[in-house]
Amino acid sequence: MNKNTIKSYLVNFLAVIIIFALMKLLMNIGIINRYYQGIIVFILINIILAASLNLATGFLGQLTLGHAGFMAAGAYVSASTAIMIKANFGWLPNIAILLISLIIAGIISAIVGVAIGIPALRLRGDYLAIITLGFGEVIRVIINNIRFTGGAQGLTGIPRISTFDNVFWITVLIVFILYTLTHSRQGRAIVSIREDEVAAEAVGVKTTRFKVMGFAIAASFAGIGGGLYAHYIAFLDPNTFNFMRSVEILVIVVLGGMGSLTGSIIAAIVLTILPEALRSFADYRLLLYSFLLIIMMIFRPAGLLGTSEFSWKSIYDRYKYRKESIIKREKA
Amino acid sequence: MALLEVTDLSIQFGGLKAVDNFNLTIDEHELVGLIGPNGAGKTTVFNMLTGVYLPTEGDIKIDGESIVGKKPYEIVRCGAARTFQNIRLFKDLSVLDNIKIAYHHELNYSTFEGIFRLPRYWKDEKTAHENCLAFLDIFDMGDYASIQAKNLPYGKQRKLEIARALATKPKILMLDEPAAGMNPKETHELMDTIQLIRDKFDIAILLIEHDMHLVMGICERIVVLDYGKIIAKGTPEETRNNPDVIKVYLGE
Ligand SMILES: Nc1ncnc2c1ncn2[C@@H]1O[C@H](COP(=O)(O)OP(=O)(O)OP(=O)(O)O)[C@@H](O)[C@H]1O
Ligand SMILES: [Mg+2]
Repeated sequence: MNKNTIKSYLVNFLAVIIIFALMKLLMNIGIINRYYQGIIVFILINIILAASLNLATGFLGQLTLGHAGFMAAGAYVSASTAIMIKANFGWLPNIAILLISLIIAGIISAIVGVAIGIPALRLRGDYLAIITLGFGEVIRVIINNIRFTGGAQGLTGIPRISTFDNVFWITVLIVFILYTLTHSRQGRAIVSIREDEVAAEAVGVKTTRFKVMGFAIAASFAGIGGGLYAHYIAFLDPNTFNFMRSVEILVIVVLGGMGSLTGSIIAAIVLTILPEALRSFADYRLLLYSFLLIIMMIFRPAGLLGTSEFSWKSIYDRYKYRKESIIKREKA
Repeated sequence: MALLEVTDLSIQFGGLKAVDNFNLTIDEHELVGLIGPNGAGKTTVFNMLTGVYLPTEGDIKIDGESIVGKKPYEIVRCGAARTFQNIRLFKDLSVLDNIKIAYHHELNYSTFEGIFRLPRYWKDEKTAHENCLAFLDIFDMGDYASIQAKNLPYGKQRKLEIARALATKPKILMLDEPAAGMNPKETHELMDTIQLIRDKFDIAILLIEHDMHLVMGICERIVVLDYGKIIAKGTPEETRNNPDVIKVYLGE
């Protein structure tokens, strides 16, 4: 175990705790009111959705256009599970109900992901984009038309058990898992498929297996994101999970950088706050996205951070390098 | 028993019989050249040997075990590794990661152990890191370890692709026109690399090449392909003087 690695893990963990403590403090003294708190929770949920989509699209290289579909599946599964648990085992603490519901939502979403991923992922090319696009719409139509999801009127009576605290720590856990996964041997195999599928196969990477695995994990986390959403607003309207929602998530990933989790986090923050701040221009949101994407394609085609991760060390290194080269120049 | 045994291999693309009745045996530690004009079917033979294409007819055996119908990644595990005519590197990844991906099979930790950074992750990754660096050093590429593969000079990219194939620990290495697009200096370095592989690794090599000089210089046996059919087989000396080969290469 490398000393620097341990140090960077510790620094990051400390940073997360400080951010959490700071937020709690600001909430307690009332600077962050309930409205802002809601926005923060939506940012966190968008981070989960974008980071998970990034695994499928940024790291694995498979364009997915139906991420909101997995979010919907997870949201409804989690909501109905929680309603059921609340009715039968009401004595359970909220956090237990939340965790059980989310785990079930994650598992079901992963199964759905595998079911639609296997036929598409066995083939090369953009079949997955088309199939997931269709899937996203189909699942919405299904939800709209069956009774137990509340149909088009929406699902009500969902236990309101997502809080800032638990959403925050679940987001941290998911981002951590995605980071360590992508930086392991399995992650290297996943990235090699993005880089060159033929070459990956030729050096022994079981491409189909890793494609399905990456895709299933992405679907599963999207489902958990959906579950957290359901338990925060306590009401589900199937039309929330339309194609536009999938596009929003994709835009976050593209802007942040395909293959950069920290990029997704930064972009999720910006792209959740921006539409809120520009509430009065809500109708022009799509215009804004298109505009941002065009600007991005011109100036930073690889996204904010490209495929690299933001790290304090790289900033420090750059600073040190610059200082050294200045010193060197002055000596010469 | 021969290391590689190909019998009556054929493949049909629509009306085109791209490879017709191809036979070849390669013994351990042999270096065999496969030559022929453009479109002769050389790459197609490689694609069948490595599971990219499924032959219409015939059999391929590695160490006596038939590999027809196996997936490319299964065939790698049987001991056949290759490079591509148009270099296929993991371009955005570091040189070291290119090797590590091919070294995948030597690491044993599970997904769970990797995600939660359990002891076996650290142990395996440490050995992999050291071994892959040492491996790069064999090819004199240790200094490039952290460079993105796409930023390597052309000759080095070829070399990395060969090193990556070798990192899968093959019994037979198949090189598809490794000298294509190289200047004389790079070609020379390539010949050194091939010599190095012969000295340091106990493997057989099957080499597709246009550069007759290179082929004649290093191969022990040569197979000449034209329109999917083998038109000559033998030592470089015999091939050079074969009237059919002269006809194909120099025209009538
Ligand atoms: N997937 C395919 N579908 C149809 N035809 C193919 C396919 N792959 C190869 N061919 C054809 O098979 C023939 C042999 O091609 P191949 O690439 O094996 O030639 P080659 O000997 O490697 O030539 P070169 O020296 O140009 O690389 C060509 O006529 C080619 O067009
Ligand atoms: Mg060829």
